[in-house]
Amino acid sequence: MAHHVLEMPTDEAAVRRLAAGDTVTLERTLYGIRDATLIAMFDRDRRTRFDLTGHAVLHTAPNVRKVPASAGHPAGYAPVCIGTTTSMRMERFTRPLMAREGVRIIIGKGGLGEATLAALRDLGGAYLAVIGGAAALETTWIEAIEDVDLDDLHPESLWRFRIKGFGPLLVGMDSSGNSLYERVGEAVAARRAAVLAKLGASG
Amino acid sequence: MQLDMTEIETITRDLYIRALKLLPEDIKSGFSRLQQGETDRTGRAILDTMVENVVVAERTKNLLCQDTGIPIYNVWIGRDVAFDGVALKEAIRRGCERATREHPLRSSVVHPITRQNEQTSCGAGVPIIHVDFTETPETVEIEMIPKGSGSENGSFLRMLVPADGVAAVKRFVIDRVIEAGGKVCPPTIVGVGIGGTSDLCMHLAKIAATRPLGSVSADPEGAALEAELSAAVNELGIGPQGLGGRSTAFAVHVEIAVTHITMNPVAVNIQCHSARRARAVLTPGGIRFGF
Repeated sequence: MAHHVLEMPTDEAAVRRLAAGDTVTLERTLYGIRDATLIAMFDRDRRTRFDLTGHAVLHTAPNVRKVPASAGHPAGYAPVCIGTTTSMRMERFTRPLMAREGVRIIIGKGGLGEATLAALRDLGGAYLAVIGGAAALETTWIEAIEDVDLDDLHPESLWRFRIKGFGPLLVGMDSSGNSLYERVGEAVAARRAAVLAKLGASG
Repeated sequence: MQLDMTEIETITRDLYIRALKLLPEDIKSGFSRLQQGETDRTGRAILDTMVENVVVAERTKNLLCQDTGIPIYNVWIGRDVAFDGVALKEAIRRGCERATREHPLRSSVVHPITRQNEQTSCGAGVPIIHVDFTETPETVEIEMIPKGSGSENGSFLRMLVPADGVAAVKRFVIDRVIEAGGKVCPPTIVGVGIGGTSDLCMHLAKIAATRPLGSVSADPEGAALEAELSAAVNELGIGPQGLGGRSTAFAVHVEIAVTHITMNPVAVNIQCHSARRARAVLTPGGIRFGF
């Protein structure tokens, strides 16, 4: 159970060293992405001007305040509350994000499925769990909104955040085919029959 | 007592913001109980971080969770209250829009087909407004619930038949909690509706999911099921965020209505650990804010 600090962007070798159960803190840069962004990018073939190679993307759509652009708020947005959304809705986008855009790390909550686990293994990536609903805390890890693209999808734009000490995050899924979610899921499935029997509801 | 719609607009604006920032006391106590009973190391660490987040939100006066949800306003109007119902609904809608613009808040609602976001937290059918009436004289209560989508996506309905019995109801609840797993941001409140029509059944589940912890089903059969299912779901091992542990749910709440002789419907609606709600009570003496 090692702790890793990653200065973003990172590379395949560093990501392949992350093992399920390890913890990670990210530094420097993080991108925010979610349903509408991914649908636009991969179902409608819209391209971003950002180079996501080696980067981490967070499943999020932030609360922001529009402000005059300045050194502190170069994109004209101040962060209000930035948290994490449920990942599973975006399962089918992991592989294209990695293959086409070069993304190495997906950050979200609740875990992703088999298609993601295969993509992480084939292309060299990791899924990091942030604690959902702990957005006030998560916001303190974000220094600024540096830039934004595809903002017609607001708030589901593609956001670039400057981060400081973003974590600790838990490696939920790694590039060796390990998933903490799969492990818990198997344990839960094994307990189901006993729980139902106790309720007089076997079947 | 005459309702002042300018006041209602301000109150419903403030309620949205209060709900997003202040976790109700019963949920805080629920966290303490779960922390004491959690044996899984990861589960404990996650619960500790969730509690830390509540403290950070209070200190920084920030939102607990980034999901501003779908805004729901429940209004109970007592006897001897004079009001224009249409104006009341308009005032609530304006309050909701003002919270979104003035704080500002993320508008989390879109048209389901075009996916257009009007950036107002409002649109056709939203905010959801329920109006009901009570015996209490000269009193109006307004409850605001920003219902988060991670847990709202954990909504399920099954039109069981009488021959399936209560066993199938229990099995449905357990299997849906397993299916929802970590996606609904556990520890949760699992709301269960039993009986009614399909729409009433689902509405009962929402009432159950958003009821304060410690409250008990008014129906004795419902109360017995609550105790039994609350213990059962925490034996599954899903745990906080679906990463393992005992703390899968704060509680299972059950609401019951009578149903048709041919029917046995059950619905599940889940509330996440950021189980937010805010309340204002208006009387001739003034306004009292709470949960």
